[in-house]
Amino acid sequence: MSILITGAQLPDGTSTDLFIDNGVFTTPGTADRTIDAAGLIALPGLVDLHTHLREPGFEQSETVLTGSRAAAIGGFTAVFAMANTMPVQDTAGVVEQVHSLGQRHGYVTVQPIGAVTAGLAGQQLSEIGAMAQSRARVRVFSDDGHCVSDALLMRRALEYVKTFGGVVAQHAQEPRLTVGAQMNEGALSSELGLTGWPAVAEESIIARDVLLAQHVGARLHICHVSTAGSVEVIRWAKARGVDVTAEVTPHHLLLTEQLAAGYDSRFKVNPPLRRDEDVLALRAALADRTIDIVATDHAPHPPEAKECAWDEAANGMVGLESALSVVHAAVVESGQLDWGDIARVLSRKPADIGQLAGYDAAFALGSPAHLTLYDPAVTRTFATTDLRGKGLNSPYLGYKLPGRVLATIHHGYPTVLDGELVDAHEVAAQAVAREASQK
Amino acid sequence: MRHLLSTKDLGRDEAIALLDIAEDMADVANREVKKLPTLRGKTVVNLFFEDSTRTRVSFEVAAKRLSADVINFSAKGSSLSKGESLKDTAQTLAAMGADGVVIRHHASGAPRVLAESGWIGAAIVNAGDGTHEHPTQALLDAFTIRRRLHGAGARGRGLDGVTVTIVGDILHSRVARSNIWLLTTLGATVSLVAPATLLPVSIAGWPVTAGYDLDAAIDNGPDVVMMLRIQAERMSAAFFPNAREYGRQWGLDDERVGRLPAASIVMHPGPMNRGLEISANAADSAQSTVLEQVANGVSIRMAVLYNLLSGAVVA
Repeated sequence: MSILITGAQLPDGTSTDLFIDNGVFTTPGTADRTIDAAGLIALPGLVDLHTHLREPGFEQSETVLTGSRAAAIGGFTAVFAMANTMPVQDTAGVVEQVHSLGQRHGYVTVQPIGAVTAGLAGQQLSEIGAMAQSRARVRVFSDDGHCVSDALLMRRALEYVKTFGGVVAQHAQEPRLTVGAQMNEGALSSELGLTGWPAVAEESIIARDVLLAQHVGARLHICHVSTAGSVEVIRWAKARGVDVTAEVTPHHLLLTEQLAAGYDSRFKVNPPLRRDEDVLALRAALADRTIDIVATDHAPHPPEAKECAWDEAANGMVGLESALSVVHAAVVESGQLDWGDIARVLSRKPADIGQLAGYDAAFALGSPAHLTLYDPAVTRTFATTDLRGKGLNSPYLGYKLPGRVLATIHHGYPTVLDGELVDAHEVAAQAVAREASQK
Repeated sequence: MRHLLSTKDLGRDEAIALLDIAEDMADVANREVKKLPTLRGKTVVNLFFEDSTRTRVSFEVAAKRLSADVINFSAKGSSLSKGESLKDTAQTLAAMGADGVVIRHHASGAPRVLAESGWIGAAIVNAGDGTHEHPTQALLDAFTIRRRLHGAGARGRGLDGVTVTIVGDILHSRVARSNIWLLTTLGATVSLVAPATLLPVSIAGWPVTAGYDLDAAIDNGPDVVMMLRIQAERMSAAFFPNAREYGRQWGLDDERVGRLPAASIVMHPGPMNRGLEISANAADSAQSTVLEQVANGVSIRMAVLYNLLSGAVVA
């Protein structure tokens, strides 16, 4: 399939025509399909380093297919699938299964993340080598949802993962300081009578881990940084030359703890929404590159997990469908990031951290054709009809959000056209055809 | 008022009106026939996800004195203990035609979730939610203070100029939170005394002063000393070393009661740990209002149910 895209504005601000054939950007020829992209921004295909696809084990929340569709409608062409499935992604067999499901459906590249510890139990290392050498080529290891809190185990994990050229992505949460934690600890948690999740529980783990990473000469990635103090610690570590990267979620760039005041559990997430000053510090850190990337922490849940009292509700929000618009609202409209920065924090850099090939030279002739076309001029009131995954637990329902993804192209074939998903059979057929052409 | 979920959002006039209705309700208790026909045909459900015989019985007596039909729906031995969700329970009660739901829940905010969910249209009364609020307890405490200070002339008055010291586990206390908002709304000056481990973080914005020293607080001669119950599990969670040390530092013992002005009153929401946060003599002294609080609880709960369910518009 060949596609001609006319008049799109590239992240650097220049306008150009793009020609795609046989899965890559190439010199213009005869096109099967032409997309008029005048007024649209062409971004490289977005890469999410932090997605929960829930399959295997929690298919009532999400499957690889439904999560892939949510990703595609959000402009993503690759997602890293977190390890907290059932069975856990802690063996070669499970990561290969998730990887191949992603390939078969074809909406996005599904790159599994391996568990650091067997069963996410924090007791012994999982089969990291086997996962790294499997067909899924796992390079990111995380117990996300749980902190690798034992200092010795974390040291060993950093060293052992280095052996296979990977990175440990730490969920920074000191468990003893957050027993029963429900929301950010501060004036509001005191008033609402909800058990506090103190910032120090995140910051103390990050401080420990950057020192450990430096000591053993390993690479460290910090998941979902949520506090101003964490930003200070990471800034200090980078200045010391520690090989650390960090992510922030869209929701921590836009929403604050005030939303907990009505006990609406759609706003319950881990780490919790924080204060205004944290949100501002996170935006500034993304702008000055202390925080490297944006990652969604897309966490779908069925309705019954949220239709209950706050304490009893599950943590998490869906985020793939809304991520680009939320980042647009939080840091592009404020002038802190331009579209070139967005291409970096939502595509090139997350692919780099996860060692995913094909994203280092976006739009260059011969590069894989992953891109998304985004209309920055429209505004929409975000609604459940904008969601494509199984989870309806979006915190943005009813919010006015800027922008909209109109097309997504993965390996040269469209997954989204005219703002709607391409049919699943058609996408799967394209994925199969591409696989065949690779052999 | 559509629901009673917290005292934080209760205005001064609204609160005084409730206290005044409670005065009328208290008069009913002195009649030979302790019953009003006001809520005849209305159904009140006591929905208790957490055990509390005292509060449940108080609400039950209150509803019955107003001639409402009362159904007790408690956690033990019912579907609530088998993991039935708040949503299913609420929809069940709605289908049965409950007019009012009195809810006690271990999770902060559960009454608000119920009130705003659309699962049930009944009036919701918060009978204690997690570590958030216990508004009828605060109302009965305010009522008790007002009666002690002003006797028969209490109607229409607030608590202006009254000094109240609340002592103990503020962090986990819904009674403390509801009292802080209500008593200050009514004009009282509130101070808190507790070890730093049992004070909530970041309360600089609260309309109170906080300190650690009970003896200093006693020497200020407060009009009211309100002791909070200490729960045994707090010790294992390292909030304080042990009961002896807690009692020495923050217990209202005989010596401390003796130093209070004779007109000061001693309150406790019950149930008491005699010998821990309060000595037996202090609990049984003439200054103690513990039993008045229990009696007044019925009057206050009658006033609240009357206000929410009778259709009468108050203030």
